[in-house]
Amino acid sequence: MIYIFVCYGFLLSAMMGLIASWVDRKLTARIQYRVGPPFFQPWFDLIKLSGKELLIPTTALRQVFLTAPVFGLASVILASTILWLNDLHASQSFVGDLIVVVYLLMIPSICIMIGGFASGNPLAGLGSSREMKLILSYELPFILAVLVPVIKSGYSLRLNDILAFQMQHGVMITSLSGFLAFLVCVLCIQAKLGLVPFDMPEAETEIVGGPLIEYSGICLAIFKLMKYMLLFVLPFFVIILFWGGWRLTGVHLWLGLLKYIIFILLVVVIRNTNPRVRVDQAMRFFWGTLTGLSSIAVLLAWIGK
Amino acid sequence: MSVRVQALLKSPWIFHLSTGSCNNCDIEILDCLTPRFDVERFGMLLAGSIRHADVLVVTGSASRKCIPRMKQIYEQMPKPCFVVAIGECALSRGMFIQSYNCPLPIDKIIPVDVYIPGCPPKPEAIIAGIMKLVKKTEEGLKNKQAV
Repeated sequence: MIYIFVCYGFLLSAMMGLIASWVDRKLTARIQYRVGPPFFQPWFDLIKLSGKELLIPTTALRQVFLTAPVFGLASVILASTILWLNDLHASQSFVGDLIVVVYLLMIPSICIMIGGFASGNPLAGLGSSREMKLILSYELPFILAVLVPVIKSGYSLRLNDILAFQMQHGVMITSLSGFLAFLVCVLCIQAKLGLVPFDMPEAETEIVGGPLIEYSGICLAIFKLMKYMLLFVLPFFVIILFWGGWRLTGVHLWLGLLKYIIFILLVVVIRNTNPRVRVDQAMRFFWGTLTGLSSIAVLLAWIGK
Repeated sequence: MSVRVQALLKSPWIFHLSTGSCNNCDIEILDCLTPRFDVERFGMLLAGSIRHADVLVVTGSASRKCIPRMKQIYEQMPKPCFVVAIGECALSRGMFIQSYNCPLPIDKIIPVDVYIPGCPPKPEAIIAGIMKLVKKTEEGLKNKQAV
């Protein structure tokens, strides 16, 4: 268990996340007709940030300010450990791990929000309140979309049962309800990752980094690492739910990698072809269009389509 | 010590501070970020907050009102860090050298590592100046290790 926790849950996920973030930056640069950063840029950024001085503002709540990034990173590592457990020791997975993962993947956003409020900066507070509104708006369609594979696999809340169902009956994404739910999940993940068009909590150009504005040194490095890991863990979760997972044997290793690359490309293309929306527009989009779509998907799954 | 400075040289994030310049130097700095010059290939990013920054890029002739703010900004920057002065005004106050409002050149207020002259300097000159800082620091680290 400790072995999976350290090697797969943390190291492998962090490596994949760092590479994905480099792909993201490089592709963004190429789309804008630039050269882009070298391959090891995310590694350099993290090493540099962890070597810098850590400043704590006098207005900040010291303990909350310092522990928020640690809790965020820990919850991402736990979530990715539970996801890898399905691949490596399927017998050790437990009933309800789907719910645990959904909860754990919500904590990073909450940690960013709490860290922003604790820093005592008005711009950070503004960014945190936007983050809170964004969490409220995207969680409803995301959970409705996650319900679709649960219903289709015979009301099972074990990720392993959902994977086993997909091995027997084909992947979820090929059915109509699965496809609709997958689309909703892709857009919710864009918001969970805090990427354009849903990056108004950070909005570098208007509120200069939002909740992260007062963070420096190792705390900022931990937040960055958390975001890079989310760039791997969230797509991995959706691939497990809708696309047959990622087994580490033979041809499935490369197929899984291909699925992940397609997912990252989708995220980068959405990021680069859209402007930032306002909070109210995002809320209307998530509570209106996407909740409607995911409700239709749940109904379709319920009648067996 | 050396690892963290080496990593810093690979990803110097820039914070841009204008202390009363005529905006020409500021426009040239923004030019460096455009596709034609693209400083992201050296790992440089424009940081929005001073707490994320490693390089303080100062332009302008440091007016009386700006001096305390510039000191404050420099103290808020997490160390280790570098300061780059860009343009004739930042180097020697340029045509404002006799002005009542510009009592001191910038390097008498905060320590400056690189001076990039010009009114305004070209983006090529700015990039060359910052790369000289990177080379100089790398060589300094190597010599220190050899001794």
